[in-house]
This record gives sequence, structure tokens and C-alpha cells, in this order.
Amino acid sequence: MSELYTEVQRLKDSYPDWHSAMLPALRLAHEKHGYLSPDALRECADALGTTPAVCEAVASFYDMLHLKPIGRHMVEVCTNVSCALVGAQQVLERFEQELDISAGETTPDGEVTLRPIECLGGCGWATIVSVDHHYRTHVKPEDVSRIVQELRNGE
Amino acid sequence: MANEVVFADAYERDLTKLAEYEATGGYAALAKARTMGPQAVIDEVSASELRGRGGAFFPTGRKWAFIPKPDQNPNPHYLVVNADESEPGSFKDNEIMARVPHRFIEGCLITAHAVEAKWVFVYIRGEYTRPYEVLVAALEELKGREDILDGVTIVLHRGAGAYICGEETALLESLEGKRGQPRTKPPFPAVEGLYRSPTVVNNVETMATIPPIIDIGGAEYAKLGVPDSRGTRVVSISGHVKRPGNYEIENGTSVRSLIYDLGGGITEDRELKAVIPGGSSTVILRYDEIDVGYDFNSLLALKTAMGSAGVVVLDDRCCMVQLGIRISEFYEHESCGKCTPCREGTRWMTQILRRLEAGDAEQHELDLLLDVCDRINGKCLCPLGETAAIAVASYVDKFRGEFQQHVDEGGCPFGESSPLHNVLAPVAMHTHSPVAVVPA
Repeated sequence: MSELYTEVQRLKDSYPDWHSAMLPALRLAHEKHGYLSPDALRECADALGTTPAVCEAVASFYDMLHLKPIGRHMVEVCTNVSCALVGAQQVLERFEQELDISAGETTPDGEVTLRPIECLGGCGWATIVSVDHHYRTHVKPEDVSRIVQELRNGE
Repeated sequence: MANEVVFADAYERDLTKLAEYEATGGYAALAKARTMGPQAVIDEVSASELRGRGGAFFPTGRKWAFIPKPDQNPNPHYLVVNADESEPGSFKDNEIMARVPHRFIEGCLITAHAVEAKWVFVYIRGEYTRPYEVLVAALEELKGREDILDGVTIVLHRGAGAYICGEETALLESLEGKRGQPRTKPPFPAVEGLYRSPTVVNNVETMATIPPIIDIGGAEYAKLGVPDSRGTRVVSISGHVKRPGNYEIENGTSVRSLIYDLGGGITEDRELKAVIPGGSSTVILRYDEIDVGYDFNSLLALKTAMGSAGVVVLDDRCCMVQLGIRISEFYEHESCGKCTPCREGTRWMTQILRRLEAGDAEQHELDLLLDVCDRINGKCLCPLGETAAIAVASYVDKFRGEFQQHVDEGGCPFGESSPLHNVLAPVAMHTHSPVAVVPA
């Protein structure tokens, strides 16, 4: 039995109804496989006791669950109104320059995926950049090269 | 901010620590509530006139009273906390969970006692890593403290990125492991909620307000604020202000005071143009409409609302068509796709607004925009599309001259000087065939 299988059984037991373990199980499989590949969906479905199709139908609804490969690191720049008002677009463009890719793309070495994202709930600390789901606050264009350097150095 | 309730003691002490929280009298309200019967707790909260802090402003005590008694419905009761804060402009629940996690948990346990629930599910937005970690640590500290937990199980359930899951029935669907699409109402969650059982769904701030209410008494709490909007509110102020952040205010404080006293005035001392008062879903206020109380009735008189208390301040460089585009693109991206008027309508709104901005729109398209908005209103299962339509229609209503100028001058009078110029939205990353705008 895989570690994921064991962990998903524990998740199923932590709810009155095992169906509620779907999202946490998908998140686990995503973490393990890097994205929800066909293998990841199959492993997740086996552990839950359902089909890969059910898992994919649910996963495709959610923004954080990727059905196509993404970079080892994810950089998400909030471009909703509050961040945009203080220069989020310029931050996003600086990331494009530093990483030499367009928003929505992954660097050729598979390291970093860059994308704009909807409001991250940090409007008072704009611009918010989520790096591997940890928020960087008050990000300015001049901070971007340091963030990219940190990612490349594996910090 | 003399009357902090939610954030009481939180700036002086580290209330993420159980010992610190208990040293300030933390969890005493829970002990007090348990000496009272469930009905007495509901009565106390009703007396406080507390109304839900998530956005709909529904009286909390009345919501709890809807839960059928065990002899009326044998199914277990559930408390589900909506911690899926995703409304553009709102970031208060983020800070409440990160700063006063134990006050929040205490509120959940008091509520569970009032509605006789043994399970509490906190549906926390997937992107909120830090608040999640703070709550995990807080619950870890509570392990073995049966004097506090008393047989109640608290489950932290993480979302996976979907604004719509902040809508309570979509949240319940998501919590049941499905796509987060809203349900038809009725039945309301109080009757058939999670696992088709009686369920109370409350917001984070509402929960964090419960312990102080039980502590000082409902009548005392109701002395704060103004009629129909009692107590305090944590307001998120962002955009073009010098001191953005969360501020706990007494309801009824003027919008002017929020911007100029708490927010410190407009960045670079520019002129105020407009304020979004309660998150992106609310009707915008013009610069000359800010001498109004930040409370339910005062804002209702201007056809707007406190919503989720996200105050977004815009200076005079901002183009209202560009604002419309960005807001419309947000709702287009977040529409769950279940109801046609919302799924298609938000897309149409974006397209027409883009034509206006580019100078390609003809006169009739301005009316077409309002017509599309009108055809979304009241025709969907949930308020998502409706609020998009109301918000964008309010920009046209209050800045009609500016929209007209885009038609007359064949383009945007602000262009690149507006900070909302050419902002890349997530929806623009998706490829889909453009919708042709129907000619007159």
C-alpha cells in the first residue's frame, strides 16, 4: 500500500462521510505527483474507492488543481483591483522579464510557472505574490529579481 | 478604535498562544455559555442584534433559531464556518484567523453548543496557508483540553481555489467532495445542509464576535454601533490610501473617516474619485457620496452595502471602464457555469467593456451593456452574476459621462495613465472563441 493510500484512509475516517475526503485527497495526490497526471488521478481514485473520472470531474473545477504539468515552483501575482491599483501589472511584467517567459508559461527547465491570479485576500498588503502558496507582501518590481534568485537557489 | 471587540488585546499580546489568550480571560465565555442552556445562548446572541459578517448581514441569532430541535429532526447538526474569504477588497478573515485564532475557535465552540452540534467544519480558502497553519497550531495546543473541546470535533477543510465556494450552498457541495456549484434554495442549509442535515453556516468574523457577546452580554454589545448595525466591524481598507489595512470600527463611522482618518488620506495627496464600499460586489460610491455612515441603513439609502467590508479607494487617475473590465473579468473567471445568464452574461459584459475601452463600441452598445446586466439580475441560483451586473451597472450609472466619452472620442481618455490600464487577468489566460456583439 502506498503512503498516499494510507493517508487517504485516515482522511476518509476523519469525516462523517468519506466523500468529504475528495479535496484533501486530490491536494495530496497533486503534491506527490507535482500535478494531477492520469497516474495521480488513478492513485487518488483507488485510495478513495471511486473512479478517476469522478476525481477529474471534481479537480477540473478548482484553480489550484492542475491537470497539466506545471513547474516545480509556482509564482502567482494577484492582479485584482487592489493590487492592480498599486502596480501589480508592473510586478507581473518584471517576472516575465526575469524568467524570460510570458504569464501562463513555465520556464524551459521546468522550474517555475508564472501566472496572474484572482484576489488572494491580502489587498492591504499589495502587491501580493504567492510563491509556492506562501504570500510575499508589498512586492514592488524592484523586488522581483531577488525573489527569482531565491527560487533558483532553492531557498 | 477604542472599542475593539474582535481584536481586543491582540495588538498588545500574542493571542495565537493559548496561555496568552487564557490569561486575558479567553475561553471563559465558553465556560459561561455551557452553564447556560443552548436556547439561552441563542437568546443572548439575538439580544446583541449581531448580524452575519460574511456579507449577507443576516441576524445570527435568528439563523441559529432556524435549526430544528433534535425531536423535530433526528439527523446530527453541523456547524460549518465559511473561511473561504475571496471577495476582492476583503482580507479581514485572513487577519482574524492569523491573529486571534483562539477567539475564533472559542466562538465556534459556543456556537456548536447553541445549535447542539458535535462537528465543526472550518472551510478555509485553499490559498490561505498562513491562517491555516496558525489554526493547526492553535488546535494542536487544544489537544487533550476536554474542558474546552467537550467532545466537539473541529475539522479544518482546505479549499482548492474557487471564489464561488464562498457562497454557502456551493461551499457545502465542495465540502461534500463535489464541484462547488450552488444548490437551489429552499431547502435552506438550516433544514438540509451538510449531508442533508441541519447546518449553520457562519462567517469567521461572526464566530470571533460571539465570545465577547457572551462575555459582556448581548445588551451591552448592542450599545455599540447604530440601529440595525450593532457592534463593531473589521473593515479592510485598500487601494489608494496611505495606510491600508484592517481596522475594527464601530458601525456607523463615516466612510470619509475610514478613508481620511484610518486610511490616512489618498496616496500622494491626489483627489478621491470613487470608493467600492463593501467588496467588488457592491455599488460604487462617488467622491461626493462619502459623508455617509458605514452601516446597513445609511448605505442602503445609497443603494449599496457593507458587504464583506472591503473598502477599495480609487484616485482620480482611474478609468471606470477599465475598472469595469477588471471586475467583469473576475466574475467571468469565477462563474461556476451552472446558470446561463451568469456564465454567458459576464463574458458579454467583458467583451462590450473591452470594445468601449478600445474605442470600437458604438452608441447602442452602452445600452446593450446595461441590458445584459439587467438580464442577469434575478435570473440565477446564486448572487455571483447578479453582483457583477449590479457593480458594473453602478459604474455606468455614476460615471455615465466617462463611458459616453469612450464612445464619443473613440477610445479611452485615461489610457496608460490609469493604473488599471491593460491589467492581465486570469480569465485572459483561457482561450475561448470571442462572442460576436449583435449589431443594432
